[in-house]
Amino acid sequence: MNAKISFRDIVKTYPMKDGVFTALDHVSLDIADREFVTVVGPSGCGKSTLMSMAAGLTEPTSGEVLVDGAPVPGPGPDRGVIFQQYALFPWLSVRKNVEFGLKLMNLPPDERRRRAEHAIELVGLSDFADALPKTLSGGMKQRCAIARAYAVNPQVLLMDEPFGALDALTRVQLQDQLLDTWSRERRTVMFITHDVDEAVYLARRVIVMAARPGRVQQIVDVDLPYPRTEEMRLSPEFARIRNEVWHGVYHQPKAA
Amino acid sequence: MTQLTTLGKPAAPAARRAAGRPRRTLVLNLVAVVLGLLVWTLLATIGVQGLPTPMEVAAKAGELVADGTLLQDALASLRRVLLGFLMGTLLAIPVGFLMGWYATARGLLEPYVQFFRTIPPLAIIPLAIVLLGIGEVPKVFVIFLAAFLSSVVSTFQGVVDVDKTLINAARVLGASDRTIFLKVVVPASTPFILVGMRVGLGSAWGTLVAAELIAAQEGLGYRMQQAQLYYDLSTIFVGLIAIGVLGLLMDRLLLLAERRLTDWQERR
Ligand SMILES: Nc1ncnc2c1ncn2[C@@H]1O[C@H](COP(=O)(O)OP(=O)(O)OP(=O)(O)O)[C@@H](O)[C@H]1O
Ligand SMILES: [Mg+2]
Repeated sequence: MNAKISFRDIVKTYPMKDGVFTALDHVSLDIADREFVTVVGPSGCGKSTLMSMAAGLTEPTSGEVLVDGAPVPGPGPDRGVIFQQYALFPWLSVRKNVEFGLKLMNLPPDERRRRAEHAIELVGLSDFADALPKTLSGGMKQRCAIARAYAVNPQVLLMDEPFGALDALTRVQLQDQLLDTWSRERRTVMFITHDVDEAVYLARRVIVMAARPGRVQQIVDVDLPYPRTEEMRLSPEFARIRNEVWHGVYHQPKAA
Repeated sequence: MTQLTTLGKPAAPAARRAAGRPRRTLVLNLVAVVLGLLVWTLLATIGVQGLPTPMEVAAKAGELVADGTLLQDALASLRRVLLGFLMGTLLAIPVGFLMGWYATARGLLEPYVQFFRTIPPLAIIPLAIVLLGIGEVPKVFVIFLAAFLSSVVSTFQGVVDVDKTLINAARVLGASDRTIFLKVVVPASTPFILVGMRVGLGSAWGTLVAAELIAAQEGLGYRMQQAQLYYDLSTIFVGLIAIGVLGLLMDRLLLLAERRLTDWQERR
């Protein structure tokens, strides 16, 4: 299996008043092509930092990040990012936000409109296509950000707690949609979440991180077949894996 | 889904508020004006040294309007202020963008901008008169400077304060530096630029009237200066009111433009 994204011995430190703060301490991780991994871990353990390196927005202090075997060339539309803070352009309507990336691809206008329309429909925002972000709820903003990333159809999706602000129902709907498009189009997905259930339901592997310093604590394989179904959530196997992840996140040994 | 339907009509409560509030404020504003005029009349009639009554000032205004002096003075003042203001802001916007976007430009320009900003534009007048004579040029120049300095700082601040996540969001969608500048930085800093323009216009207007007090052949400031020589308080009042009304009108126009262009902002 080829690694789509490889983190090789990543260290990230930030200078502080008294010495340095180690956000990531020798993190190595391979994400295979077309793999779906989720990343869980306590707040501040460096999940967003790690993802932003794959996006090409943050440079490691040492170590390297490879995409398709070559050092990350910086940010690009082949790797779609959904930011933890939505990052919608407030002066553009939902539709214009979604079309932003499509415009940069120089698509013909009707192709652009069609793809934007499709992405907006997928996240259930069709009735709000012409609304400005300030009139949307948190969950709707998040769905708009998701549509914007889906629209350009990137090979890699980097998603930072994309379903965090959603109600339980929409969340489950979008999880199933995401798995559905993923199994059809087979993108590589790196998905950060705080929700252990979500992490297990979506992933083939769950990366459990630990904080202070940020590092990979444990990798839990999820040996459940795709497509995942709602019944699987209730299966004993699912419960066992969820317990393992839960234990990994909440009973972490102190770092040396 | 009920939540979604209410969110779909954000205009409704806002519109109600907009319709209800101005009426009450308007009444209060009128009451305040009438009260002010009454106090003024009272002060004038109980004989505060030389103070004209509102009626006398109104009569004087009628006179000045009839013989065309007021219009001519107002136009002269407006021409100067608009010329200086337009040149000032037109230069300030690119310079502000340069300073915000390129660290080199910022390093080179910031000391001058920060230094000249601490000098009140009026203090430049003596220098301007010596170097540029007493014609139109020094007045327009001083106004230009006043408008430029206040606009340049807010444009620059606006560019510096653009949310980094928005820039990153554009970058990961494949935007070049040029696109990021035009499609993210420019719209994101528009509110700051417009606020800077309003501050700039205010300071340009104030500077202009003062500049005309010193040396001019026409203009509202000049007219008041002449009236002072003849102890003509009514004309001074007419001049003051004209300056206030014109300043307010210009400010409201810009405010309107600001509301239009930055309607997308979340307001608390
Ligand atoms: N620019 C910075 N300067 C200093 N410290 C930083 C900076 N950016 C991040 N950090 C630190 O690095 C650590 C990891 O941050 P990161 O945002 O990656 O955490 P996270 O795992 O995504 O947390 P959360 O779950 O709360 O989103 C945090 O402790 C944070 O304080
Ligand atoms: Mg984070």
